[in-house]
Amino acid sequence: MKPGHGEVLLAAGDVDVAEDEQLLIEEFRRQLDAGLWAAVPTTGYEGKRQAQMIHSFDDIPRDAERVIFFPRAAGGR
Amino acid sequence: MLLALAATALVALALLSDLILPRLGAAWARHRARRRRTAPIVYDPGRELRAEQRARALLRSCVNEEDWAMYRDLGFIRVWGAQARRFAEGGRVKDPPYAYLIYPHRPILAYVPQTNRLLNEYCVAFPDQTAPYGSELLPDSDDVLAKWMALTGDERRVISSANMHLPGRQLDPAQVTRDLWRLTQWERGRLRNAGGSQLSTNIDPGS
Repeated sequence: MKPGHGEVLLAAGDVDVAEDEQLLIEEFRRQLDAGLWAAVPTTGYEGKRQAQMIHSFDDIPRDAERVIFFPRAAGGR
Repeated sequence: MLLALAATALVALALLSDLILPRLGAAWARHRARRRRTAPIVYDPGRELRAEQRARALLRSCVNEEDWAMYRDLGFIRVWGAQARRFAEGGRVKDPPYAYLIYPHRPILAYVPQTNRLLNEYCVAFPDQTAPYGSELLPDSDDVLAKWMALTGDERRVISSANMHLPGRQLDPAQVTRDLWRLTQWERGRLRNAGGSQLSTNIDPGS
């Protein structure tokens, strides 16, 4: 999510392909280094949708379709 | 006499050239800059609308159907507190002790679902850290999704990041009370519709 623009595709690939995975890892690190938070929408108990915050690439469920990056929360006015 | 004056003028000019030449250069540069044609700033009136449409599609793909319908119909989303979610997963407690209302670009509001008592306003923003002098806002639906992800993913972290205030600082308590009443009516309507459709489904095959 980019302020003023909405959703922007950063990278796409198959984690089972080594080159793609490396690309995804680099992009993931770049976004976290830029201070963004990462989350994956998941399905929890009784099909209830929720989000899982991601702190490292290994946290991402292998079957996750996407990782959403969004600006870090800060105290508002 | 004339020769002496000319010589004096030349010497004075040479001495002042260090002062005059840079100023002349700067004046010439300013003149050129004024004459240079600048590309007009192209305003795209549809950009924000398209961003919001993308954001709505993203939100819809992430949250429950009920949450999406709530946002579409009422303009906010209710999220149960983490404690309530934990209890629900254990299947032990029916009445969640607290919940949040998420409005776009407004504080997150905590309340008690059983009594509709308002607890706190949590003012939270998602500023673009890469923009040094302030940033544009997320589209409305992205702001809601960011709050939803942060609350359902790590409630403690986002709440500790927020500035907490008593109810009424930004959100009008009367408006929130009306919203909670609307939410109750909306849920009753959905239950009625679900019951009706289930009833008709049950009746149809036999008739």
